[in-house]
Amino acid sequence: MTLIRHTLYMTLRHLRELWRQPWFVAVTLVQPVIWLLLFGALFKRVIEIPGFHSHSYIAFLAPGVVVMTAMFNAAWSGMALIDDLNRGVTARFLVSPVRREALIAGRILKEGVVVVIQSLIIVALALIDGASFPGGVGGVAVLFAVSALLGSTFGALSNGFALIMRQEEALIGATQFILLPLTFLSTTFLAANIMPRWIAHVADFNPVNWAVVAGRTATSANPDWGLAASRAAFLAALLALCLAFATNAFRSYQRSV
Amino acid sequence: MEVEHAIEAEGLVKTYPKDVTALDGLSFAVSPGSVFALLGPDGAGKSTAVKILTTLTTSDAGRATVAGVDVLTRPDSVRRTIGVVAQGSGVDIQATGRENLRLQGQIHGIRGRAIEARAAELLERFGLAEAADRVARGYSGGMQRRLDIAMALVHDPAVLFLDEPTTGLDPEVRAAMWSEIGGLARERGKTVLLTTHYLEEADQLAERVAIVDRGTVVAEGTPEELKRELRGDAIHVDLAGDHNGAVSRALAGLALIRDVAVDGRVLRARADDGARAVPLVLQALESHGVSVASVRVARPSLDDVYLKYTGRTFDAAEAEQAEAPR
Repeated sequence: MTLIRHTLYMTLRHLRELWRQPWFVAVTLVQPVIWLLLFGALFKRVIEIPGFHSHSYIAFLAPGVVVMTAMFNAAWSGMALIDDLNRGVTARFLVSPVRREALIAGRILKEGVVVVIQSLIIVALALIDGASFPGGVGGVAVLFAVSALLGSTFGALSNGFALIMRQEEALIGATQFILLPLTFLSTTFLAANIMPRWIAHVADFNPVNWAVVAGRTATSANPDWGLAASRAAFLAALLALCLAFATNAFRSYQRSV
Repeated sequence: MEVEHAIEAEGLVKTYPKDVTALDGLSFAVSPGSVFALLGPDGAGKSTAVKILTTLTTSDAGRATVAGVDVLTRPDSVRRTIGVVAQGSGVDIQATGRENLRLQGQIHGIRGRAIEARAAELLERFGLAEAADRVARGYSGGMQRRLDIAMALVHDPAVLFLDEPTTGLDPEVRAAMWSEIGGLARERGKTVLLTTHYLEEADQLAERVAIVDRGTVVAEGTPEELKRELRGDAIHVDLAGDHNGAVSRALAGLALIRDVAVDGRVLRARADDGARAVPLVLQALESHGVSVASVRVARPSLDDVYLKYTGRTFDAAEAEQAEAPR
């Protein structure tokens, strides 16, 4: 109960902070729109490649952009934590009875709220653009769920590294280093069967791809629920590991102060 | 809870990476309901001691209790008992004063109408009522400091830690803060541990003072006791002209004074009773043809105490720390 309550307090704190930065909110909402339209236009004709079984590239791309948005948002979550470390806010919380898990979970849930709104915009835009999601509302819900799992994983990692690195430049470097390769080593933009074989192979071990594959099959006409469930389970296991890492990273921080 | 000591530290040792020794066997005890000051230059280890006692970090060796509870084995229980004002500030500058207080109360389990009432009361008491619903980014340094203290008090803690509460504040804001801290101490049963590098601050606010140097306590007592150990008053004479050794000859036979030191045209000495010694000193100087421009008698200051125990003046220690790698 205490954990839930503390997590709620922290989530509300971060959402209020976000709300006070209207320009940031605006950019956050426009960004996924640009991705969907830009990448959609750029790669429009890849569906003509033999073996690319999709009727519309936007319909193929939309689940990928939903996953990508979740990851790109959550992966920067640790930046705000470094700000709190520098301002003594985290130290103040650490000498209070607040639960450590809530300090991480509050940040992740705030990103979650943002990502759900962004994802709804992406799906609505794709539908307007003529794409269809035969998997229906249930399929879209599964897509959102696996995106949330992936986003939370990256959020936890980012906060954990923030506590260990405690330096914005270092965190920016590490995040930049990871995000784009993971995106391109997945089926976000291209189907596995037209990728170089080694990339398709690497993608099988890429958590980003787990989310994309699960979300895409769930929203398709003939969902492979076994595939979706196995990828969701991998993601859940990875999330549990990353949450444990982030919570333990407070110890590393406390040893250093 | 009746405990012998509100705070007790025993042989605390803390070493940071690169063999920087912050604490080297620090020990002291604070009785319940009193104001205790850790006095020392920057880098003496005061803040590290506070971080260990408030459970922010842990010591490498030694033992500490707050309100009778071990900080190492039961940190959660200590956290419920203490209020902490850290060096610098812990204010969330993106939130209003009221929101800061509300969150701090909520994580201490105060909810609903109770926290709203408590926040309003503290905002009023610390002169922040008008600014209560403004974002703290726009607060002055003094206002943020008052909000820090209000937040530390929100759950009515038995033990309050104030780490350099007035560092970086303007002199007049500092004076106001002193009366505020003095007021806290008079609140029923509150124990206050204060760290400071201002001698006057320790002298003015604390009932007992521990002088910390290089990670250990070098002297402890009430400010009066510490000064009394120096036995007597300081006599300070400005000489009007050159004296060519006449001063030493003049004062050689005077039994009332000791520790005579002549530095250029300044003569320093100590006497058990300064007021009685001064006429005799002046008489002796005059009879040896040394003319005097002015004379002062002062009670010893904590600076003198510091000099006695560390062999350095406080200013010299601060300068030394500023040069040392941190």
